[in-house]
Amino acid sequence: MIDREQFRQLMDNGIWHQNASLIQLLGLCPLLAVTTTLVNGVMLSLATIIVMAVANVAVALLRNLIPHEVRIPVFILVVAALVTVVDLVFNAYFHELYLVLGIFIPLIVTNCIVLARVEAFANKNPPLQSLFDGIFMGVGLLWTLGLLGGLRELIGGGTLLSGIDMVFPTLQGLQLLPADYPGFLLAVLPPGAFILLGFLIAWKNWMEARAAARKTDAGHDQASPAPLADGA
Amino acid sequence: MSDFTTPPYLLQERSSVRRVMMQVLLALLPGVAAYVWLIGPIIVVQLAIATLAALAGEALMLRLRQKPLGLFLSDGSAILTAWLIALSFPPLAPWWLIAVGTLFAIVVAKHLYGGLGQNPFNPAMVAFAACIVSFPALMSQWPALGLEASFLEQLRIVAGIAPRIDVMSGATPLDALKTALKLGNGTVDVPTLLATQEVFGHFAGRGWEWVAGGYLLGGLWMWQRRLISWHAPLGFIAGLSVLAAALWALDPQQFADPLFHLFSGGSLLGAFFIVTDPVSGCTTPKGKLIFGLLAGLLAYIIRVFGGFPDGIAFAVLLMNLCVPLIDMYSQPPIFGLKNEK
Repeated sequence: MIDREQFRQLMDNGIWHQNASLIQLLGLCPLLAVTTTLVNGVMLSLATIIVMAVANVAVALLRNLIPHEVRIPVFILVVAALVTVVDLVFNAYFHELYLVLGIFIPLIVTNCIVLARVEAFANKNPPLQSLFDGIFMGVGLLWTLGLLGGLRELIGGGTLLSGIDMVFPTLQGLQLLPADYPGFLLAVLPPGAFILLGFLIAWKNWMEARAAARKTDAGHDQASPAPLADGA
Repeated sequence: MSDFTTPPYLLQERSSVRRVMMQVLLALLPGVAAYVWLIGPIIVVQLAIATLAALAGEALMLRLRQKPLGLFLSDGSAILTAWLIALSFPPLAPWWLIAVGTLFAIVVAKHLYGGLGQNPFNPAMVAFAACIVSFPALMSQWPALGLEASFLEQLRIVAGIAPRIDVMSGATPLDALKTALKLGNGTVDVPTLLATQEVFGHFAGRGWEWVAGGYLLGGLWMWQRRLISWHAPLGFIAGLSVLAAALWALDPQQFADPLFHLFSGGSLLGAFFIVTDPVSGCTTPKGKLIFGLLAGLLAYIIRVFGGFPDGIAFAVLLMNLCVPLIDMYSQPPIFGLKNEK
């Protein structure tokens, strides 16, 4: 069904090499609007993971039955049905969080990452591969949105995991920086999300450039040191 | 000098970034002097803090980008940015606010865009905008002029040791006027306010009009030295005063006169030191005029109808965005060719 190499590749692409937020730059709207705290970012990503995994499987199963000409409307219908389910689940079990995330849960329907994976992957691959593709793309989203949310929260207000009580009522958010920390409000505002996303992308490019430089270094031991990657 | 083959009329004064920057800094001195007279030597401390932060940020970024440290550190451009920030922030702002603003300007607005000569936005104005949206309360606490505080006391406030008592903090004349008009809700009028309230002086803010005058003096000196052309400052002043004059003529009870607006807030600092920035501003003469004009109009609209104390920073940043477009449509015709329509 799925061999180790395929699995590894799907994982690698979803989490790092084809990361939806850092490389494909898809789904920037929820990324900007929702990642004001770590909890918000992670919870929206979890909702998106569920939708992506199930939508990918559903479309992969139906891929030979869907007429090519009307595939996009069909995909949207499948995704919309799943999002409605997730929307109702959030409303029922995490009502406070549901009020915070608001319109962005229904808007998962229009999230380009979901449609992109369905169209580019699930429509052409068997269900199991599609399932893992959906999950790992979602995990890529999860750590990016979580990291961005955590950074914005920490810089903007000095807290971490605030609002965790909306998910686990017994837990409390952390106040990491002293209470009189004035808060760099820009980080919480949308421009701050753009600037921090830019930093994250720069960090990823730098990591890749360093890895590439190491590889060429190992390849030509006798050669002069590898040139530094430009623009990293 | 030793080159005797060059006719004297072709001899040029040696010009470099460093030389230009030093002269611009020199041109800021009359304004700084008036500032010291008005507020006290605390502003010199703030200038020093900003300068240190700017040089540290510059050195860090140059190191990261593997550029020659000495060459760029000594060109003075970072110091100019630092001074503009220190002069546009409230003088009793805590030291870290100035430092954070300056670092943001140098690291994000300047070096992340490619360093000297590459930044599309004016770094000092980016710092101002970033800080006023992030720390609105601290950025609008200006020292109340009636209250005498010794230099040591001011120093303690800036260092964050002494509590920031609200009594210490007033509003800028612009803000005071706007708030009074809003609170009065039609029952107060501008002429009475200007005549009765203590923050207002002869024709603008008490004392602040002298600081603005200092900037004007420095600006005129730069123009006389050909460091700046007349286009952008004149455009800015015209844009600001035309709109101010029109509204003032319509309703002098609710709108202050153009002179008040020119000598309040950062108008003259902006006109001569911000919109004339050769990097983030327009390059063509006609473009500079349009750039200044629209920036002046926007500054007036934002400061009078907006929620922030002053509008220069946002106006300049918005106009920075339009620079490529303006430059494209304001190219002068090539010499010798007819301008064909």
